Amino acid sequence: MPACEPSPVQTGDVLLSIENLHAHVEGNEILRGVSLRIRAGEIHALMGRNGSGKSTLSKVIAGHPAYTVTAGAIHYRGQDLLALSPEDRARAGVFLGFQYPVEIPGVSNLEFLRVSCNARRQHRGQEELDTFAFEDHVRDTMAIVQMNPAFLERSVNEGFSGGEKKRNEILQMALLEPLVAILDETDSGLDIDALRIVANGVKTLTLPTTATLLITHYQRLLDAITPDFVHVMAEGRILRTGDKDLAMALEQRGYDWIDGADTPQP
Amino acid sequence: MSSAAAVEALNTTPYRYGFVTDIETEKIAKGLDESVVRLISAKKQEPDFLLQFRLKAYAQWQLMEEPDWAALKYPAIDYQDIVYYSAPRQKEQKASLEDVDPALLETFDKLGIPLSEQKRLSNVAVDAVFDSVSIATTYKQKLAEHGVVFCSMGEAVKDYPELVERYLGSVVPIGDNFFAALNSAVFSDGSFVYVPKEVQCPMELSTYFRINSDDAGQFERTLIVAEEGSSVSYLEGCTAPMFDTNQLHAAVVELVALDDASIKYSTVQNWYAGDENGKGGIYNFVTKRGLCKGRRSRISWTQVETGSAITWKYPGCVLRGQDSIGEFYSVALTNHYQQADTGTKMVHVGPGSRSTIISKGISSGHSVNSYRGLVNIGPQARGARNFSQCDSMLIGDQAAANTHPYIQSRQPEATVEHEASTCHISEDQLFYLQSRGIESEAAVSMLVSGFCRDVFNQLPMEFAAEADKLLALKLEGSVG
Repeated sequence: MPACEPSPVQTGDVLLSIENLHAHVEGNEILRGVSLRIRAGEIHALMGRNGSGKSTLSKVIAGHPAYTVTAGAIHYRGQDLLALSPEDRARAGVFLGFQYPVEIPGVSNLEFLRVSCNARRQHRGQEELDTFAFEDHVRDTMAIVQMNPAFLERSVNEGFSGGEKKRNEILQMALLEPLVAILDETDSGLDIDALRIVANGVKTLTLPTTATLLITHYQRLLDAITPDFVHVMAEGRILRTGDKDLAMALEQRGYDWIDGADTPQP
Repeated sequence: MSSAAAVEALNTTPYRYGFVTDIETEKIAKGLDESVVRLISAKKQEPDFLLQFRLKAYAQWQLMEEPDWAALKYPAIDYQDIVYYSAPRQKEQKASLEDVDPALLETFDKLGIPLSEQKRLSNVAVDAVFDSVSIATTYKQKLAEHGVVFCSMGEAVKDYPELVERYLGSVVPIGDNFFAALNSAVFSDGSFVYVPKEVQCPMELSTYFRINSDDAGQFERTLIVAEEGSSVSYLEGCTAPMFDTNQLHAAVVELVALDDASIKYSTVQNWYAGDENGKGGIYNFVTKRGLCKGRRSRISWTQVETGSAITWKYPGCVLRGQDSIGEFYSVALTNHYQQADTGTKMVHVGPGSRSTIISKGISSGHSVNSYRGLVNIGPQARGARNFSQCDSMLIGDQAAANTHPYIQSRQPEATVEHEASTCHISEDQLFYLQSRGIESEAAVSMLVSGFCRDVFNQLPMEFAAEADKLLALKLEGSVG
């Protein structure tokens, strides 16, 4: 990997391009031909039943070792993303906000955030931040998600409530300044206030030069962040793509309406 | 990189301390019999009580069998194929540091333990032991101003014979076990610490043990006595060159804490562990015990064990004093073909005595890492309490972790709690860190260091960062 970013992103540039992606985990084929193109300045929503492959898609993009890609390709800014290690994908600007962020006992959140932020900065040719400079930076950044600085002193996610974990994810997104952010059910398990804070944070971080893929079950997140495209996944494929009205229709009519499972088979 | 690949990277760990110092040494012939015991004693011009101590121990040792209950496999040790005394040849009396052979000073410089006046570690007094002898002790003068004695065992025998006679063997009797008996017969040098009443030792004390010879065993002996109301913190570090043969290290450490005294004893053990195929490395058979003799006395063992082909050690506390406290905090990391059988013994004698055991074992490669611990509560120990927590972490799928807790209580009013857990290094935790741009080796080392945090927090400040670095070095493929 080069130690700096390629030329700056313009709105409308293709950032992520997924073609006919097939992937399996432990012998089960989960993704069966996903194709998706995401450009700078776009917000995409990915919806679908549990088990339709949404989370798998996000993990394959981020490079989780448990998933094997059997066919297809993912290009990130024209580069073969699948050839990169998970850490290099992150350094290059691909971010995954986890549905269930893991707890890491004994590892200080502050130190973790600093090492992570510096890995990305180094890749972009920016100066690494020392402990003091980083602490100032992170305290400023925490304001975006109204997070208490006391969480810096704790172990990573350890004993955090569901809402606190999600805020910590958005804090990481803010520190890493990704070009493509995939947020896997960041809204689930949040109360109304926390949802508003998280949604506002994501909106603040969404720029004309970045793209966001929101994986969600609920319209309420999409009320706060209006998507340009809504995709519905079923059985490892994108079954239908529309605009925000598609999400509204799903909210009213459910998924059966899309995949026709309520239609009696002849 | 997957966790499997990260584990692969662990298997290329360099050992920074593997060099040999080319120095003329005075060695006696290999082998052990009564004349060798007498010879060692004569070389050190010892008083008769010590010669008798050695001879008694040698006689006992001959009647004893090498223990075979530990979960360790190694070829039989040929005790006649070991050199029992090896000393760098230098001037008879080292009046000052200027008289120490520059090659020796350079050796300790390379090990990161500068002894010369200008470069000394600040606020840490160091006793440097090279094979069988102590070559220098720093800050002696400053310590003496506070009445603290810190010198080699050899000097202590000459200058404070009555203290040595009174306490040597009082915690670990000569016939305590096979290796302790061997040590008692042939021990060479080690450190001696005496802290008088009500004195809080003003600096960290530290002994650095270096094995240099390929055929000499190291049998050091350390004795620390803390009088009423005093306190001291002591740290030992150990390294050895890389040889493809094994060297025997059989040490004995005795601690005595009187009323309201407190001793904190920390170890960072990084003896050469053998190569990636298990060839070479130190056999580390060590007996360490503290006697909490006085009321409210406190002894705390903290160990970070990363080296040695074989580790056999159970630093323990005999809690004789009423309301005395014993603590054991341990991190044992094994890799390649290393074997560790380590833990503690907490023997509760006095009423109200309390003990805490926190053990973290990390096994990777083909290594075997066993925790073995005894909590014994005697009939007089009313209201005694113990809490034990033993956690094991496995890296890869070829390593083994065992836990052998022994709990014996003859006191119905005692409380004993034991918690144990075993986990694999979690693929999800590793992925989480990687997905934040942290490369896999650094991620593994971050996870391991997080796993050990409770124990590292117990180390003296100056060494906690060192221990963290040492662990990272052991885990990373990079040259340090």
